[in-house]
Amino acid sequence: MIEIKNLTKKFGKLNVLQNVSLSCKKGECIALIGPNGCGKTTLIKTILGMVLPDTGSIKFNKKSIVKEYLYRSSIGYMPQIGRYPDTMTIGGVIEMIKAIRNTNQELDEELWHSFELDKMADKQMRTLSGGTTQKVSATLAFLFNPEVLILDEPTAGLDPLASEILKDKIIKEKEKGKLILITSHLLSELDDLVTEIIFMQEGNIHFHKKVDDLKTETNETKISKAIASILKQKK
Amino acid sequence: MNRIIKIILTDILKNKIVLVYTIVLSLLSWSAFGLEDNSAKGLLTILNVILFTVPLVSILFTTIYLYNSSEFIELLLSQPIKRNKIWQSLFFGLSASMVLAFFIGAGIPLLINAPNAVGLMMILIGCLISVVFIALAFLCSILTRDKAKGIGFAILTWLYFALLFDGLVLFLLFQLSEYPIEKAMVAVTALSPIDLARIQILLHLDVSAMMGYTGAIFKDFFGTTAGLFASFGLLVLWVVIPFYLSLRKFIRKDL
Repeated sequence: MIEIKNLTKKFGKLNVLQNVSLSCKKGECIALIGPNGCGKTTLIKTILGMVLPDTGSIKFNKKSIVKEYLYRSSIGYMPQIGRYPDTMTIGGVIEMIKAIRNTNQELDEELWHSFELDKMADKQMRTLSGGTTQKVSATLAFLFNPEVLILDEPTAGLDPLASEILKDKIIKEKEKGKLILITSHLLSELDDLVTEIIFMQEGNIHFHKKVDDLKTETNETKISKAIASILKQKK
Repeated sequence: MNRIIKIILTDILKNKIVLVYTIVLSLLSWSAFGLEDNSAKGLLTILNVILFTVPLVSILFTTIYLYNSSEFIELLLSQPIKRNKIWQSLFFGLSASMVLAFFIGAGIPLLINAPNAVGLMMILIGCLISVVFIALAFLCSILTRDKAKGIGFAILTWLYFALLFDGLVLFLLFQLSEYPIEKAMVAVTALSPIDLARIQILLHLDVSAMMGYTGAIFKDFFGTTAGLFASFGLLVLWVVIPFYLSLRKFIRKDL
């Protein structure tokens, strides 16, 4: 579904992405992990066309995304730090995005209700806590039933109850056969979610493996332990 | 694109600044005509408003508005919308609201008090000057991510065109007064949209008789129909070039 070939991106002198190649298929739930500043968010933003790569190609459904924009209608993106116009209300933001999309497809408003955003639709975005802003981002990402979900640190800042709701929702969407890309530092949270793991380091993809293979290779039952033992072997 | 323009327009209209700008413009215009007994003097007062206030408000408001909508731009970018559409919609939305404010504030009193060619010309030039400085603001705000720097650029741009440019031209005139530079001066005015506007209006008022030999050369060039079109064409270029440069930069920007 998403094919990335030899992607390179520099910010000034800093090599953020170095020759990254990657392929993601339908029905996979991929965790993108790695230390801070290893290029996870940049990789995601290049897929969305927000950051333009220096070299390399990205194909979405076998079509190059260069100068394309319609493919973004099949991606739901939840940013790490959602930034919204300060003076708009929660309801206003949702309505605005709906107006911009202008589709008559069925909307997925499950999160809107389960996060109880409907009860505070009149609140202005600037008065919201970080967690509530995350809830708005999550609602927007799932709203249009996208084929691909890209979630950048989805559970960071959410309370345990909300993050359970979100995880259940992710699992539900995964079972519908959607491609889900998650970045996270909370490896323990990924256990019942992901089927594949991509480990990035300093702009390179360190490995890209199925979770089951990873577990059998390292004789561990938890993702966090498996990763830890791989990192130890490296040292 | 229309949906985005609509969203931007409602957002700007909710912002009280444009309303205040309209009211201030109309106060200035009505009092200019009320205080002077002949409309030519009133026109001159309004000319100064057009040449100082309108550029300043247009460039500052637009720059600040663009920086404040960085979140909005980011949000739109993750949606299936073309990049250039986002930037163009912002431009059209801002231009429409500033031109509307100018038209209601200064255009209506002009139409009522000076319903002649000069009045119409003034309205047209005021609208064009608004859009020119909006385009310049787009360029200023895309050059840097830092809001304070961007607003600084905007103020410097205004200062340059409103004050410094004239100073430089005067300096050149005095330094080179022994050479026949009148024709070259006509070309130099093309480098400043405010000067283009000023000369165009002054030549249509009777005061151009006081501008001496240079004034005669100017009248010779700008006073003809071809000169009129040339100066309007130059003003339009002052819109198109800065906006095009900013659009190119925006399309290639990492957000």
